Amino acid sequence: MHVSDAAFRWSGQIGFSLAIPDLRVAPHETVLLLGESGSGKSTLLSLICGTLLPDSGSVCVAGTDLTTLSGGARDTFRAEQIGVIFQQFNLLPFGSVLDNILLPLRFAPERRKRAGDAKHTASDLCSALGLPPELITAKAGALSVGQQQRVAVARALIGRPPLIVADEPTSALDANSQAAFLDLLFKQTAESTSSLLMVSHDPRLGDRFDRVIRMEDIVKTERMNA
Amino acid sequence: MIFRLAVASLFARALTVGMTILAIALSVTLFLGVEKIRTGAKASFADTISGTDLIVGARSGSVQLLLYSVFRIGNATNNVTWQSYQDIAARRGVDWIVPISLGDSHRQFRVMGTTSAFFEHYKYRQGQSLRMAEGVIMDDLFGTVIGADVATTLNYKIGDPIVVAHGLASFTEHKDQPFRVSGILAKTGTPVDRTVIVSLEAIEAIHVDWQSGARTPGKSTPIETIRQMDLTPKSVTAALIGIDSPLQTFAVQRAINEYSEEPLLAILPGVALQELWGIVGIAETALLAVSAMVVVTALIGLMATIFSSLNERRREMAIFRAMGARPLTILSLLVLEAMLTAAIGAVLGLAMLYVGLFLAQPMIDAAFGLWLPIDAPSLRELWVVVSVVLAAAIVSLLPAVRAYRMSLADGMIVRT
Repeated sequence: MHVSDAAFRWSGQIGFSLAIPDLRVAPHETVLLLGESGSGKSTLLSLICGTLLPDSGSVCVAGTDLTTLSGGARDTFRAEQIGVIFQQFNLLPFGSVLDNILLPLRFAPERRKRAGDAKHTASDLCSALGLPPELITAKAGALSVGQQQRVAVARALIGRPPLIVADEPTSALDANSQAAFLDLLFKQTAESTSSLLMVSHDPRLGDRFDRVIRMEDIVKTERMNA
Repeated sequence: MIFRLAVASLFARALTVGMTILAIALSVTLFLGVEKIRTGAKASFADTISGTDLIVGARSGSVQLLLYSVFRIGNATNNVTWQSYQDIAARRGVDWIVPISLGDSHRQFRVMGTTSAFFEHYKYRQGQSLRMAEGVIMDDLFGTVIGADVATTLNYKIGDPIVVAHGLASFTEHKDQPFRVSGILAKTGTPVDRTVIVSLEAIEAIHVDWQSGARTPGKSTPIETIRQMDLTPKSVTAALIGIDSPLQTFAVQRAINEYSEEPLLAILPGVALQELWGIVGIAETALLAVSAMVVVTALIGLMATIFSSLNERRREMAIFRAMGARPLTILSLLVLEAMLTAAIGAVLGLAMLYVGLFLAQPMIDAAFGLWLPIDAPSLRELWVVVSVVLAAAIVSLLPAVRAYRMSLADGMIVRT
């Protein structure tokens, strides 16, 4: 993944602009992106995932420049190439665990092929992530927060997307669960040979990653008082 | 899977969605119910008279003549003299003629004097003839044939005595001449069911001691004497006429309308019915418009529900977007949900209509003499269901387009 010379300005009254001269994540690399809230993390992730387009520059993921794709193609590209894990409330509470895990495959035919027998793969992932097998048919809303986050990991990993983007996935967990969760995340990311880009404000997590980047080192933000 | 998730999402909001479904169901029931009663009433009216080419009465309005002669609604202002009646009967082209003499009642039911020709020529519902459920056509001067509803309501059996009251809402009864039930007609679904039929002579007989609507004081002719009397009627209320050939219908009608001895009116039942529909048409349209507005209101309620759910569902939309759903997918998801809601509501409404019909059918029949048939949904009713679903899709486009814009702007970021 490679972001170069990307600049983005929120239109309207927010008066917030962001410039990223250079950010790279190599294949199979795990990168921790440290930043305070308001440092532009969410905007950066949106640019990488292609839900926002930079005003200039380029965002390349797995060799494809997102800025050259149409909106619909970017959505499909995201479904095919990127697994996303949010801070919390990752799942559709009314859907079953299985439905939630299979959801990205619905929008990504290539990734569905990579996943093979999708239901089987999903239950394998669940057991690898320490989720009881009977949970797979449960409503996602009935799960504990820790379990939900693990389901979110299974959903991000299914079909082995080249890039996993995680936005503070541990912040809703207590310290013990955090460690266990990260163990699982790393193990599974390594097994699926994906790169991991994780955003956090917690520098203590840094030891586990190949590389730690601080937001302020790679991003120039500007806030204009409207 | 998207469909399953949409259903699951609806289930998760069961209460609000349930209320919306109920509102749509009720509005559809109302609309279809009004439609059912409207068409049922028309069909029932149209079915009441069949095979009669002309109806003759004293000159009044054609609708009025039709109403009092066939439907027993309202009263005649004047009668047709027996002389005129016989003139018409003898006219060339007239195949058969059935006299009708109204004006008396038994309990809440009207009494109709006629001849046995009535049973032969009166036809209803595409030419069906009257059929005896029990007993025979009156064989005696004081014999009566009663309609099915008269028999069930008053619990009459063959041989039971009947006292006929003079006038329609009167307590003066013709006590001296007790009639006996000689026959009970099978149910027809027409006003005949609520009629007590006697012979023309019997109508004369019970009025022997009466003059100008009041009983002559101190005068009481014994039944034996009455039986000896000449009971040829002096007049009849109306007459049903069958014409030899349809080509002659208008000629006979014109001749009767231009009859110089007495002002008479001959009408074609079908034409008079059309006139009647013309009169009630405005009310009918208003009723339909009101019930259509109720459906529209329910659909606007649906739209409001979707609008108010949008904010709480931003998280859901962000998840869909993060998983690679296009904004268009989110738009179609909302439209799909609205269509599902409306479809369930409309089908439920249809079901409620049938349950309602099933429960109310005997009551409507008893109260208004309107027999609403329970048939499979007509094409028109199915079309109503389909158009409610389509209309739901259209009204849901407004909130769906808003969701489209929101998800396009928000992307995966959730603003709360």
